[in-house]
Amino acid sequence: MIISIASGKGGTGKTTVAVNLALSLSSAYVGTIQIIDCDVEEPNAHIFLKPHITKTLPISIPVPRVIEKRCTYCGKCQEVCVYNAIAVIKNSTQNDPLTDSQTSAPGGKVLIFPELCHSCGGCSLFCPEKAIEEVGREIGIIQIGTAGNIEFVDGKLNIGEAMSPPLIRAVKKNITNNKVVIIDAPPGTSCPVIGSIKGSDYCILVTEPTPFGMNDLILAVEVIRKLNIAFGVVINRTDIPTASGQTGYQEVENYCSKENIPVLMRIPFDRKIAESYSKGIPMVEFIPEYITKFIQLFNNIKKSNHK
Amino acid sequence: MNICVTAQNNNLESQVDPRFGRCNCFIIVDTETMKFEAINNPSISATGGAGVQAGQLMASKQVKAVLSGNIGPNAFQSLQQAGIDIISGVSGNVREAIERYKKGEFKPTQGPSANSKFGMS
Repeated sequence: MIISIASGKGGTGKTTVAVNLALSLSSAYVGTIQIIDCDVEEPNAHIFLKPHITKTLPISIPVPRVIEKRCTYCGKCQEVCVYNAIAVIKNSTQNDPLTDSQTSAPGGKVLIFPELCHSCGGCSLFCPEKAIEEVGREIGIIQIGTAGNIEFVDGKLNIGEAMSPPLIRAVKKNITNNKVVIIDAPPGTSCPVIGSIKGSDYCILVTEPTPFGMNDLILAVEVIRKLNIAFGVVINRTDIPTASGQTGYQEVENYCSKENIPVLMRIPFDRKIAESYSKGIPMVEFIPEYITKFIQLFNNIKKSNHK
Repeated sequence: MNICVTAQNNNLESQVDPRFGRCNCFIIVDTETMKFEAINNPSISATGGAGVQAGQLMASKQVKAVLSGNIGPNAFQSLQQAGIDIISGVSGNVREAIERYKKGEFKPTQGPSANSKFGMS
């Protein structure tokens, strides 16, 4: 069973829920739990789980390379590339005044901008001269290890790299079916999130009762409904005060009940939780009462999934 | 001889646009006759590769030089490959910029003057 943890807004507590859910389950179940940190732009589950990494693999994406001697500078590759990752600069074909004909070998240069390339393969597919081969370009690494009896996998995108989905897919290749798999997704509602939560049996949306949390929760719900994944909400920092002194907590509850979204868990704004977080200690180790709450959360998800 | 000046509007009295790949308008002008063609930048809101496209456009128009405020790395590479002189740091009015170019007041730039995504707003 794959459970992904997503949020819309960042910093609402995805990793807190993912890590503590994994730890709680691993303390109660015999089977292994897998935790997959898909937030490859800023992975942080390792801070709390302190895994022992046993394998580190570089991940590459294919980018084009031109075989110059075959290229006729026809410009087809440039034409098919919607990301402008290829520019064909032809040498200017001026008329030769002596022979009154176009210079026979125009020649030119093909420029490739690998950081703009989305690895679709279109250029090599459409090249009529078969003059484009694909070579790997490293975009990051994946790390595989263990934290107690939790199997741990995360990815780390190289700094400056813009496209995380190929790395997220590589991270997710390590998912072992028939285990309980917990995916820590990146924040937001765009491609990296969709790439992370796609294929999940259930998605937990973590939110906080602030205007931003509320706004982004609604966006995340729209995305999950499109993906047709069963989901529920965890409200974190339920009693966080806003500038006006009021909490937006009731608003989140009202929204969820109006939309028929189950509220799976409510975590108060507790100084003890913040303290454990600041020390990199999972909250279930600091406040063990939460273990049963997380197990209950899991059981509720299982029940709702079998309906 | 044709040169290109990036402009905020489609005429010679307009201000030079400080961005190359994401300028509003390319003004391609014949420096002898001052006849010009104004091309609205088709890639102004492209998510990526605007500089590359602008460079290709310049190559296809066979301009001798490009005058703009800032030119990013991908555009620079494209223009350089096409053998086009790159003059960055140009500001003020388009017509004046052309006059100054004709008097030889500008020196081609040796490297990009802005980072990727500089012109995104």
